[in-house]
Amino acid sequence: MIGIIDYGVGNLFSLKSSFEAIGEEVFVSGDPEALSKAQGLILPGVGAYADAAKKLGDAKLDAFIREYVKSGRPLMGICLGMQLLFEKSFEYGEHEGLGLLKGQVVPMEGKISSDLKIPHIGWNGLHFIRNDCELFKNTSEGDCVYFVHSYYAVDNEESLVCETEYGIPMTAAVCEDNVYGCQFHPEKSGKVGLSILKSFADLCK
Amino acid sequence: MITKRIIPCLDVRNGRVVKGVNFEGLSDVSSPVELGKYYSDCGADELVFYDITASAEGRALFTDILKEVAKTIFIPLTVGGGINTLEDFDRVLKCGADKVSVNSGAIRNPGLIKEAARKYGNQCVVISADVKRVDGVFRVFAKGGRENTGMEAIGWIKSCVQNGAGEVVLNSIDTDGVKGGFDLEMLKAVSDAVNVPVIASGGAGCSEDFVTLFNALPKVDAGLAASIFHFGEVQIPELKKILRENNINVRL
Repeated sequence: MIGIIDYGVGNLFSLKSSFEAIGEEVFVSGDPEALSKAQGLILPGVGAYADAAKKLGDAKLDAFIREYVKSGRPLMGICLGMQLLFEKSFEYGEHEGLGLLKGQVVPMEGKISSDLKIPHIGWNGLHFIRNDCELFKNTSEGDCVYFVHSYYAVDNEESLVCETEYGIPMTAAVCEDNVYGCQFHPEKSGKVGLSILKSFADLCK
Repeated sequence: MITKRIIPCLDVRNGRVVKGVNFEGLSDVSSPVELGKYYSDCGADELVFYDITASAEGRALFTDILKEVAKTIFIPLTVGGGINTLEDFDRVLKCGADKVSVNSGAIRNPGLIKEAARKYGNQCVVISADVKRVDGVFRVFAKGGRENTGMEAIGWIKSCVQNGAGEVVLNSIDTDGVKGGFDLEMLKAVSDAVNVPVIASGGAGCSEDFVTLFNALPKVDAGLAASIFHFGEVQIPELKKILRENNINVRL
């Protein structure tokens, strides 16, 4: 079973439903003991980085996630959950992330044309930098997925899998060994998104 | 680049879609789940469910059905209608809504947007404004467009965005139902005034109206319509093909 990490940020209803819709069993929990039995983990998240990082720490989930990854089982971060995989974020100050991937998270403001709206919200196309990530075995160049974010990951060449164009190329997904991350919401990205979740579920078997 | 969104809007009363729809292949044309799935499969980029129920019983039916929709359809869902308090936000978000659209609730309680944005994030809060020209001035109307609030619309929408609304649905009462095209003048005034996505509503009668909208106003992010989709006058796959042929970037 796949475990969805519940640490009090964001609504997990759609995420849980989307796995159920593709016939995959999932459970939602904030308890490291229960989560440690999962064959794969999803780290979701919406909202503010500092708040999310603090909640992970308060629930002792940060240390747990680092240990879990060492077991070789797959972990996928979604949206803010992906951003938390990196070393740090500059969202209102400087905050430490999980440090599972090299890179950091920076604001779009000032980096993209002032004509472009922030957050980057809507459907945007994927441009693949690498084609060896199992998560995207059924995804094609140009496929559209749903984004909602105001910050993006940089200095992450080692894990970068695909980008999206929003004034500048921006990290859309990352993968390194058994750690995966999507800036977009696969659970809100129609058939393309469900196929990505299905690929993740396959990796957990 | 980011694509322009096409958004069908479904009015729901007591958990059922109102306005007769006429689609072949649908066993239950007033089921929000079936219709939502139909639109999602057609390529709709987002769905808006508007609860026009007046009673508490009807409201409970709506949240039940919303849950069913959110279990079946995996594109963004926006919910509006009867959103007056933070509890209302909570109620629909727990059922799988991604965004919550406020209209009269924000007029009655100007603090609502600020509180909701602080709690759920700006991306979650949509201000839906019904606007009509009165003696040459854009005015905000309340209660489904029946009551002139006397407020000047552009300034009011700007203040909603400053308070944390992450998107604006602009419904022009002047063009709504006329099917003569979107209200380009009103939409320009709003999209020049705010730096969040603007969704055009009211007036679409054919595919060309969407082409005109996105060509004339590149700052408008999405087009919303109801009856032309429900009655099949405009088919979403065909609409998107026409938009693409006119070099407007859409998700196919």
